Amino acid sequence: MDSKTIKNQLQAEWDNLTVDFKTLKDQAQAEWINLTSGNNYWVRVGYGTSGYAAGAKEIFEYLTEKTKTMNNVKVDLVGSLGLSFAEPLVDVTKEDGVRVFYNNVDIDIAKKIFNDHIKKNNIVKEFVFGQICSDGEKALTGFAELDKIEPLVHTKRIATKNCGNISPTDINQYIANGGYEGLFKALIQLTPETILEEVKSSGLRGRGGAAFPTGVKWSFLSGSDSKIKYILCNCEEGDPGAFNDKGILENDPHMLLEGLILSGYATGASNGHVFIREGHEIPIESARKAIKDAYEIGFLGENIMDTGFNFDVEVSLTGDSYVAGEETALMEAIEGKRAMPRFRPPFPAAFGLWGKPSNINNVKTLAYIPSIINNGSSEFKKLGSGNSTGTAIICLSGHIKRPGMYEIEMGMTISELLKNVGGGSSSKNDIKLLQTGGPLGGILGASDFNIKIDFDEMAKAGAILGSGGIIVGDTSTDVVDLVRNLIAFNQFESCGKCFPCRLGNTHMLDILERICMSIPNDKDLDVMASIGNSMKTGSLCGHGQLGYNPISSALKYFKDEFDEAVKVSSQPSPRVSGKMILPTRTRP
Amino acid sequence: MVELKMPQKEVILKVIKNQPSKTHTVLSSLLAVSKEFHYVPKNSIRLIAEYTKKTVNDVWGVASYYTNFRFTAPGKATLDVCWGPSCHLMGAQKLLKEVHKLLGINEEGETDDGKVTLRYSTCLGACAHAPVCAIDHKLFGKTSINKIKDRINDI
Repeated sequence: MDSKTIKNQLQAEWDNLTVDFKTLKDQAQAEWINLTSGNNYWVRVGYGTSGYAAGAKEIFEYLTEKTKTMNNVKVDLVGSLGLSFAEPLVDVTKEDGVRVFYNNVDIDIAKKIFNDHIKKNNIVKEFVFGQICSDGEKALTGFAELDKIEPLVHTKRIATKNCGNISPTDINQYIANGGYEGLFKALIQLTPETILEEVKSSGLRGRGGAAFPTGVKWSFLSGSDSKIKYILCNCEEGDPGAFNDKGILENDPHMLLEGLILSGYATGASNGHVFIREGHEIPIESARKAIKDAYEIGFLGENIMDTGFNFDVEVSLTGDSYVAGEETALMEAIEGKRAMPRFRPPFPAAFGLWGKPSNINNVKTLAYIPSIINNGSSEFKKLGSGNSTGTAIICLSGHIKRPGMYEIEMGMTISELLKNVGGGSSSKNDIKLLQTGGPLGGILGASDFNIKIDFDEMAKAGAILGSGGIIVGDTSTDVVDLVRNLIAFNQFESCGKCFPCRLGNTHMLDILERICMSIPNDKDLDVMASIGNSMKTGSLCGHGQLGYNPISSALKYFKDEFDEAVKVSSQPSPRVSGKMILPTRTRP
Repeated sequence: MVELKMPQKEVILKVIKNQPSKTHTVLSSLLAVSKEFHYVPKNSIRLIAEYTKKTVNDVWGVASYYTNFRFTAPGKATLDVCWGPSCHLMGAQKLLKEVHKLLGINEEGETDDGKVTLRYSTCLGACAHAPVCAIDHKLFGKTSINKIKDRINDI
């Protein structure tokens, strides 16, 4: 075959495919327009684990039951907008395309929404939270525009742009909003090398905690010529305080899936695994449904979009084990073994899952890929600060007025985040500290709230941005007690492979228990520092290496409180918080 | 070896053969069995070993590692109370004490009447609504002892 024939053939293929995807997209868009500005009522109930915990399921069931005989009403569970404080969040759209939101909906409010808004087209003014409309001219008077006020006006939604807008179970709604276009573009027009360069040039760094440049990590895998290569997507997310991985998976699973397929294409991988902890039913079901739909349409499987690229994805479940989120322990868990870290080298890119070259990426990292490919790396790079490009997906919880999941531009300061996004303290007390980056992360005192949220500044301050979980404590927080809780978590979750971590955490917990029960020893702080040092040098993975972080970072800001707590005195101190209630189960 | 009771054995075999994902391992089989029965029946260990071509020791090794597995039947309902740092700051320890009083037990495990199994969970994934609890994986947030009481009365 000469080059002209090949070119003609490619052109024919290209035309053919364009038509295919266009038809798909046109159909999806027609459906979407009908939903959002058709003659019907579209009622969206914000769901996800967060909405569920707030009681959204009952509201959804009530509205579905009430409207089941009405042809002009469609009630859907959509993802969560991230505004956990306002959940259950319900919105009603009519033909003007304006979404009218009701917050903290209970059954009584739901009854009013049904009787007045849906049946009689009278908005229940006293319970309206606000409105969102794409066409500013159509905005209703008298209601705040949610995307123009706090907290949403301070967010920059890239990876979470669809969350709360579309139904996670409907692949067409994703396609109608620009989904799978990046994949389509890449498979037809771009070589794997180009994608790799694009991701490298975007400056994207891993959002799982280590902040390693994603493009560089991918190039380790693409360099291997093995026939079978794995991309492992880590959604283990055992970090208390972080719920953004599960958030993306349950609110917009196709965003992750598209990123996963793109990473497979860029690195020449053959298989993907989405790794989740058993028991988190909503994200698991969401991932399974998305994978099934992607297979049916032909975005997964053999010869994807007729390009000769094959890629398979499946969901892998793990049991309760925090360490299973560590990259080599994760591979052990997928292989069905005890989730204990492996020795490195060999590194996963050479010897990973089932001994094959593998790459592990966090959910959030992969969820950025579609927009980087679709809009170009330069768009992504425009956002951010220093070596941290793009956005950070932050989970706020604890003593904060507006807990929730927010995607913000890197470089916003902590105090801006707390004030403009979080709305300040939830109590009359001021905010005293933040616990960031999960239980192996750090504690950040109020004196450093002027630092920027990016990987480097946070690390410099001794707190880790990590996976983006930020737990807020007000001045009523007993920092010694909080540290005891973190060490108790780490002790309970140590896999037990390296004895410095296994025994070190146990000793540190014993010491902290004694301190909290007012029977300290004046050497306690020195002993813990020495244990922490042994754990750092003598452990295979981050669980032991970073295990002293909560204590060292807390000492940086609250040394006086620790000094007070370990003062040996004949008088019982006011600090008698008693023994902590903890699980006694252990790993034999 | 004593032949297993037919019905349960049949169910176990069916469950481990019909797992939703393609890759079947010791862990995935244990998780599937545990999901079906809410615990891992002792006789499933050998069946999983045979199915995955591993030894009984291998299976026990995995089963004893993950803290979600239990080997006796739980109570009628399982109550998970989160004690992670978010929930800790929002009063999880106080809630746990109240739960102990309510259930008449002072550690994880079953109540005397076998109605409720209490478990301490490290994170249920809805930290924004702390303190978070779950009954049989059904999450609820901003938990007060009265919320738990109402739900337990419904069991």
